[in-house]
Amino acid sequence: MSQSYNRGLIEDFGRWKEFSAGMWAWIFHKFTGWMLIGYLFTHIAVLSSAIAAADGQTIMLEGEAVNAYTGTIQGLESLFIIRVLEVGLLAVAVFHILNGLRLLMVDLGIGLEAQDKSFYASLILTGVITVASVPTFMQGVGL
Amino acid sequence: MSTQQQEPDTDAETEPEEPESQEVPADQEMSGLASPQQQRLQRKHDGMAEREREAAEDDLEGDSVHIKVFRYDPEVEGKQEPRFDDFHVPFERGMTVLDAVIYARDEFDSSLTFRHSCRQAICGSDAFFVNGRQRLGCKTQISELDQPVRIEPLPHQEVVKDLVVDMDHFYDQMHAVEPYFQDEDTPDSADLEEQRQSPENREKIKMSSRCIWCGACMSSCNIAAGDNEYLGPAAINKAYKFAMDDRESEEIKEHRLRIVEQEHGVWRCQTQFSCTEVCPKDIPLTEHIQELKREAVKKNLKFW
Ligand code: HEM
Ligand code: SF4
Ligand code: FES
Repeated sequence: MSQSYNRGLIEDFGRWKEFSAGMWAWIFHKFTGWMLIGYLFTHIAVLSSAIAAADGQTIMLEGEAVNAYTGTIQGLESLFIIRVLEVGLLAVAVFHILNGLRLLMVDLGIGLEAQDKSFYASLILTGVITVASVPTFMQGVGL
Repeated sequence: MSTQQQEPDTDAETEPEEPESQEVPADQEMSGLASPQQQRLQRKHDGMAEREREAAEDDLEGDSVHIKVFRYDPEVEGKQEPRFDDFHVPFERGMTVLDAVIYARDEFDSSLTFRHSCRQAICGSDAFFVNGRQRLGCKTQISELDQPVRIEPLPHQEVVKDLVVDMDHFYDQMHAVEPYFQDEDTPDSADLEEQRQSPENREKIKMSSRCIWCGACMSSCNIAAGDNEYLGPAAINKAYKFAMDDRESEEIKEHRLRIVEQEHGVWRCQTQFSCTEVCPKDIPLTEHIQELKREAVKKNLKFW
């Protein structure tokens, strides 16, 4: 064989419009899995303010000196963007769990013919749960 | 476990007796309607009726079909830069993608190059990337596609010329799973007559035996694209066909499982279902890969 033409990486990334259900499920699962890992670190960072609180440190919140841990949490929770991110976190976690259950079924060889439907079901359920959670997450936050 | 398994009692007991009449037995199980084969035929029949109805509805008869075909030839000055050529092919009822490119080659441009042979989905030479999906040219009706129909060589394989891709690597992977019947020892001369397979076991490996080595699955798999050593769906399916065949001994099955459980074997599969989606022979590839994963785990986790 003389020469051949390699279409390169464009092949891999340029085709997303042609992906089917199983492929999207895979991409979303990867994405949500790593988002959850990312959240784990911010979560640890926030919780570690409890160490400072245990040492008796305080921070100023609305003119008052409060315990460092309580202050950090309350300060964050008063921010609109944090509430939005929390809704996003819930969506990501719910999808990861539901699709994770779907993947467990796939691993056990159960209902493989319906794998696309179970993916759509995961998506819809995630959407419903996310929307339903908005009032709770947005309670008492000033814009 | 697998959906291929037939009800064990039907065939074996009823077969030797000649049926007295050709009437369909009322009992569903007796009539064989429950068997996967019957279900497939039923689906095929339904699909055919559906397609005919659709074809009658939007008949393209008399129109021409607009196809855009990928062109590339490293040996011809003007074709070293890949491009798409447009052809307008007169439509005929029942025209397939393969028919269209054959027409374009015979009537418009004799240098248009692609592989084909049987024209009936048996030889596996004409898998193309048609409108963004791996399809078998001779098994894809033009009337079912949006126009212009974009016809490209299979992705993730090097293009040799026009629609011809290099299949060597695919064949290497197929051969890597030792796709032939084998046994540790030569059987005793007393056992040399026939090696019989039970109908249930035949049913279990039936779908896996339909592979025509077209390479569509491998081309659609994004894991295979990223890991060149990955055996790929077709080769794993081939391993499944032999590993699940009862006529081979336990030791050979273990040997086969050792091949598929290696680093670039079944565990690379991330169940994206792309291969199952594109296989022109409707082989449940993901299901077979998953079953081999479980078999491999069972082999390694023996607590008893
Ligand atoms: C009930 C909860 C959960 C379930 C059912 C679940 C299920 C799964 C399953 C089945 C996989 C394997 C996907 C595959 O086969 O390719 C997976 C991957 C993963 N999960 Fe989860 N998971 C859960 C919670 C979490 C949490 C809390 C985190 C992070 C802190 C997480 C992070 C990940 C990551 C990073 C991956 C790998 C993604 C990749 O393939 O790169 N998961 N999960
Ligand atoms: S498994 Fe299906 S898609 Fe893959 S090579 Fe065989 S026939 Fe083609
Ligand atoms: S020409 Fe043989 S499979 Fe299409």
